[in-house]
Amino acid sequence: MSNVELGLPALPAKPYPAEVYERLAADARELIGRYPVARSALLPLLHLVQAEEGCVTATGIRFCAEQVELTTAEVTAVATFYTMYRRRPAGTYHVGVCTNTLCAVLGGDQIFEELQQHLGIKNNETTADGEISLEHIECNAACDYAPVVMVNWEFFDNQTPESARQLVDDLRAGAEVEPTRGAKLCSFKETARILAGFPDERPGALDASGAGGAPSMAGLRLSKGEALPGTPGARVVSPRNEGTEA
Amino acid sequence: MTATEPAEKLLSPVLSASWDDHRPWTLETYRRHDGYQGLRNALAMDPDALIALVKESGLRGRGGAGFPTGLKWQFIPQNDGKPHYLVVNADESEPGTCKDIPLLFANPHALIEGMIIASYAIRCDHAFIYLRGETVPVLRRLHAAVAEAYAAGYLGKDILGSGIDLDITVHAGAGAYICGEETALLDSLEGRRGQPRLRPPFPAIAGLYACPTVVNNVESIASVPPILVRGKEWFTSLGTEKSPGFTLYSLSGHVTNPGQYEAPLGVTLRQLLDISGGVRSGHRLKFWTPGGSSTPMFTDEHLDVPLDYEGVGAAGSMLGTKALQIFDETTCVVRAVTRWTEFYAHESCGKCTPCREGTYWLVQLLKRIEAGEGLEGDLEKLLDIADNINGKSFCALGDGAASPIVSSLQHFRAEYEQHLAERRCPFDPAAATVWADSRRSSSPQPATEREVHA
Repeated sequence: MSNVELGLPALPAKPYPAEVYERLAADARELIGRYPVARSALLPLLHLVQAEEGCVTATGIRFCAEQVELTTAEVTAVATFYTMYRRRPAGTYHVGVCTNTLCAVLGGDQIFEELQQHLGIKNNETTADGEISLEHIECNAACDYAPVVMVNWEFFDNQTPESARQLVDDLRAGAEVEPTRGAKLCSFKETARILAGFPDERPGALDASGAGGAPSMAGLRLSKGEALPGTPGARVVSPRNEGTEA
Repeated sequence: MTATEPAEKLLSPVLSASWDDHRPWTLETYRRHDGYQGLRNALAMDPDALIALVKESGLRGRGGAGFPTGLKWQFIPQNDGKPHYLVVNADESEPGTCKDIPLLFANPHALIEGMIIASYAIRCDHAFIYLRGETVPVLRRLHAAVAEAYAAGYLGKDILGSGIDLDITVHAGAGAYICGEETALLDSLEGRRGQPRLRPPFPAIAGLYACPTVVNNVESIASVPPILVRGKEWFTSLGTEKSPGFTLYSLSGHVTNPGQYEAPLGVTLRQLLDISGGVRSGHRLKFWTPGGSSTPMFTDEHLDVPLDYEGVGAAGSMLGTKALQIFDETTCVVRAVTRWTEFYAHESCGKCTPCREGTYWLVQLLKRIEAGEGLEGDLEKLLDIADNINGKSFCALGDGAASPIVSSLQHFRAEYEQHLAERRCPFDPAAATVWADSRRSSSPQPATEREVHA
């Protein structure tokens, strides 16, 4: 179960300011138009309001409810079911450390522990400067790159405690950070907009990081007679991304 | 044990064949690898003949259950006056499973072409890709590939002059393992909490918006275009009689070279380890999963089990998603199972009491056993609760939660008892990390093997 704050009955949420409402309503119309039934756009709409505020607020829920003609209670029921919708603002960079069994055993537990100490925050908390939020996440379909850290849902593969500490230090220092698979990081809010269904238009974002790292290519290379570390054969696999990038 | 075949002979890259080419995610590169040729061949056929062809190829679902893909398509009633839908399950979240995400990242057009073919077969003009939200790099490439396919006339109105229309909507989920279950996925795609539906009716009769719907896994659909290009005889020449074809095996964990290994169905873990550098140096295999955490675990006694649907089933587990998670002797099986159980408790949607309550209590018991605070009778209680979940919930999540507990107690009961007797965990978690061996040795090289090749 996700961290749900049920709270006490609250006053009706304030609406978005008129100009924000107009802008979001235009986006909402586009999203709803992609589905035969309007309610199907609810998950994208929740990503959309999260892109606006960094989390799903009562105002965001009211907005979604109005677009698809549901009650705020119905939208709240949906929003609280899914772990990616946040009740409190994420940091500019939302760091997720996989601690499902395989990543945990291979070092994810230690990475998560050391990041908590290093940042001085616990699971689901945000640093005082608002830059980094931290969360332990479930399996992210990258087990052949374990241990895995996600930042704003881009892949940072084959992490160590040192590389993960360096990563969050770089993020806080405003240094440009590139994932091993994915595009140059944008903010959590900008990422949420991509999730809502609006393509990433940044030049180079699509092609960044090639087709995958060495694990993705392992079988293909063996099938071509190349060798991997520790397998017999004369040729050695080229370093990550060499030959796969443009 | 038979002599190892060389890797070139054992492996059969089809879906992964273009991954090392120049920008394989683009339409241009995909076309160089016979891309969209299968679609042209399909459009030249009658839709029913197309369904028959996929049926005869013997292609079975790659998302875990292994249901024949062509049969699923055939279940869609025709001339019923209702819209039909194709929904691709790209919610890959089963622990250990990591095949669809790298496939879509490197070659999204393989899925899109397969979707157009499937949609033509089942007479569907609106198809959906339900991608888990936590993989933005893949979402980016799916958005772009769908746009490219529209621009090239493969999507939209009158596809390639066939008179057939098709729209594809790319839909990002929001974090919920349960949405990988097909009826929960449909509820989620309808804008609801992702909770499984009671079946029947099956999605083929009442799926998305209560209309006939095919829900297929990414790899299943992506496997269709090569069958159209090379023929069903080629496909059935690969693999085994009841499990024909090729598939992506995902090797992870304590191995020298984790990664994707595309091979005919029926290879063994021993063969895959032999060609890929084996278990990490200086260690030996302890336990492994054939198809994700929900499939009962195997040990080194199962190295020669053919990894196809029948072979793994006969050995007491399931092929699942072919997620081969390898754990060596440094791994505490109680710790591994505890963590998986925490996952199932976290992801239980709460609809069915046995699963919702049972997974909670399993976590409490396992945590105290792992911490050396277990009590006499805890192991029997674990099995009792697992038995009360298994088969007693709407969907397979509960069954999955029971699998690691029952199978680990079957193979490693002594290790659980050791936790109880010694009142502590006898393992050092640091020894299981990927950096453990390099840091303990006096080698001046600080990087592990994995870091070197990563």
